[in-house]
Amino acid sequence: MAERTYLEAIRQGLAEEMARDERVYAIGEDIGAYGGAFKVTEGLLDRFGAERVIDTPISETAIIGAAIGSAYVGMRPVAELQFIDFVACCFNILTNFAAKSRYRWGAGVPMVVRGPCGGGVSGGPFHSANPEAHFLHTPGLKIVEPSTAYDAKGLIKAAVRDDDPVLFLEHKFLYRRVKDEVPDADYVVPIGQAVVRRPGDDVTVVTFGAMTYTALEAAEQLAQRDVEVEVIDLRTLSPLDHETVLKSLAKTNKIVVLHEAQRTGGIGAEIAAAITERGFEHLDAPPVRLASLDTPVPYNPALEAAFRPGVEQIVAAVGQLVEY
Amino acid sequence: MPTSTATRPSEDLTRDDRLELYYFARLTRDIEERLAVLYRQNKVVGGLYRSLGQEGESVASAYALAEDDAVAALIRNLGSLIVQGIRPRAVFSQYMAKGTSPTRGRDLNLHFSHIPDDGGPIVVGPISMLGDLVPVMAGVGLGARMQGRSLVGMTYIGDGGTSTGAFHEGMNFAAVQKLPLVVIAEDNKYAYSTPVSQQMALARIDQRADAYGIPHEMVDGNDMLAVYDAARRAVVRARQGDGPSLVGVDTMRMRGHAEHDDMRYMSKPLLDAWKARDPIARYRDHLIETEIATETDLADIDAMSLAYAEAEAELAEAEPAPDPDTAAGGVFAGEHFQPTVDIVHSPFRKKRGAPRHAPAAEARS
Ligand SMILES: Cc1ncc(C[n+]2csc(CCOP(=O)(O)OP(=O)(O)O)c2C)c(N)n1
Ligand SMILES: [Mg+2]
Repeated sequence: MAERTYLEAIRQGLAEEMARDERVYAIGEDIGAYGGAFKVTEGLLDRFGAERVIDTPISETAIIGAAIGSAYVGMRPVAELQFIDFVACCFNILTNFAAKSRYRWGAGVPMVVRGPCGGGVSGGPFHSANPEAHFLHTPGLKIVEPSTAYDAKGLIKAAVRDDDPVLFLEHKFLYRRVKDEVPDADYVVPIGQAVVRRPGDDVTVVTFGAMTYTALEAAEQLAQRDVEVEVIDLRTLSPLDHETVLKSLAKTNKIVVLHEAQRTGGIGAEIAAAITERGFEHLDAPPVRLASLDTPVPYNPALEAAFRPGVEQIVAAVGQLVEY
Repeated sequence: MPTSTATRPSEDLTRDDRLELYYFARLTRDIEERLAVLYRQNKVVGGLYRSLGQEGESVASAYALAEDDAVAALIRNLGSLIVQGIRPRAVFSQYMAKGTSPTRGRDLNLHFSHIPDDGGPIVVGPISMLGDLVPVMAGVGLGARMQGRSLVGMTYIGDGGTSTGAFHEGMNFAAVQKLPLVVIAEDNKYAYSTPVSQQMALARIDQRADAYGIPHEMVDGNDMLAVYDAARRAVVRARQGDGPSLVGVDTMRMRGHAEHDDMRYMSKPLLDAWKARDPIARYRDHLIETEIATETDLADIDAMSLAYAEAEAELAEAEPAPDPDTAAGGVFAGEHFQPTVDIVHSPFRKKRGAPRHAPAAEARS
């Protein structure tokens, strides 16, 4: 087994799937000779040729539309959006064409739409988005966001093999900062399963993506005060694995939902509602949401730090829950 | 890049082909007339969108495809679906939101698809958002090309629809990739109530294609053979690997946007002028003048078409409504929703035996 970065793991997963199944191909902007804005697809052009690594005009609707059409006739496209913020440019064709297709007429769209999401790198208002809530509210789309390199490879492979459209969110802060053991073997991480990253009895923190590491850091600090936090990494955001969350809640009776996207109408609201409906008798305190401010993502590092929830807020929120 | 109009592929059409073209146009109109009755009887659940006056261009353009090519019709292209063998009953039951319709009552009118794994005509249904079918059909061509299939895709766009970003992105992508796509751009003078002059500053809709560097031409959309010729030239180019083309059709929407529309914004003299150019009547006269068919031959086809449309409507009317429990599920794979669409062959196809545009015919065109 080798240590690989999150980014290398995605690339390896993609290359393995393209080698395994000739129906799989990549399409997007600057993904060929340049290897993609973040170099996720580097080397794929040399290995698989321009027929299967297709550089497109700056046309997000055409990218997703072409992916849909080719999927109808039996291909398995993996479309890259240069930054996930640009999903806004193809929101219509993704939510209206791809997502509704199976329900309307039974035609599945086995397509992966992948792209870098998230902040912490001073990307500013248009290169930092965490758009999951828009798509959580779209029946017919699955949403995945890995936090480890191991999961990144296993989930991209599962996404490629899935018979429905999967939005694959890659947290750009993690691309080169996260490195863990990634088997060279063929494996998938099933879509729809959360994982407990750190067990604990006192308070549950539910999160995903880069915030998983923020939560783990807070848990480490809290452990020094004898507060044991259980950290759950959702990994799949739609469909949500409510069972893993409820099981943890039954043990800790106190819960924080943490995410990087803006607070209002965010995925945390859905999780908090589900916990309240289905786990009310386990709650010893109201569920707490920690999320970003209801503003666009600011550019200046100090402003962005103030915008996003950090270790301090988690420690404070957990502390208050313990006292509740 | 206006194309050469030197070749007339319609000269290769047999007598049966020519009669079949007439039959398809006639059947399209008969189905819609029947739908108009059902609409007035409140049996159509949603709106009714007629193609009155445009049946000829839908039929003649789709007739240029081989039978297992892919077509993506808009809601006014019933004729294209009829040519590709979609059973009329499916259309009636869609409009009446039946539980046994191709979408099981989940979507309306021509919003359904038929994508067989094992050959046969491919139909990709539209979504309401205009323009999206262009990139999607570019993708059908892209996928087919990667698989080494010699499939051609055809889709339609209204004068209004050509103003969308999706149309532009799809056309440009198809052009850059040289995809096997034929786009029929219909200038029917209005987009809902908006005249073409407020849609584009171009003299002719086909000039949209100049932006993509692809072949285009403008034809009289109410002259069925002219439409067939232009579409056929484009299909042959696409299949030879010469990339996409756009065919502009000059036609007229003879009804309102939908049956509820009072048409107050439409000019009466304009409608009268176009009424005299009705595509089916013109083609009928042509068949008689050129002695391809007699009045009796055509009256027989008229009767056959009408009887078929009425019988299919009756069958659809008797279909059950969907079980309300079926509203749930079917969003993801494995949730058991496998709709089917019946594909039928016209009496002329049965007589002919071979499919239209067998590869040998293609080589000749
Ligand atoms: C993107 C988009 N905006 C608005 C509408 C609403 N709408 C439906 S049909 C129509 C007019 C379409 O005109 P045109 O494209 O010329 O086609 P025609 O109806 O004339 O066949 C409009 C505005 C739509 N379907 N899609
Ligand atoms: Mg129009």
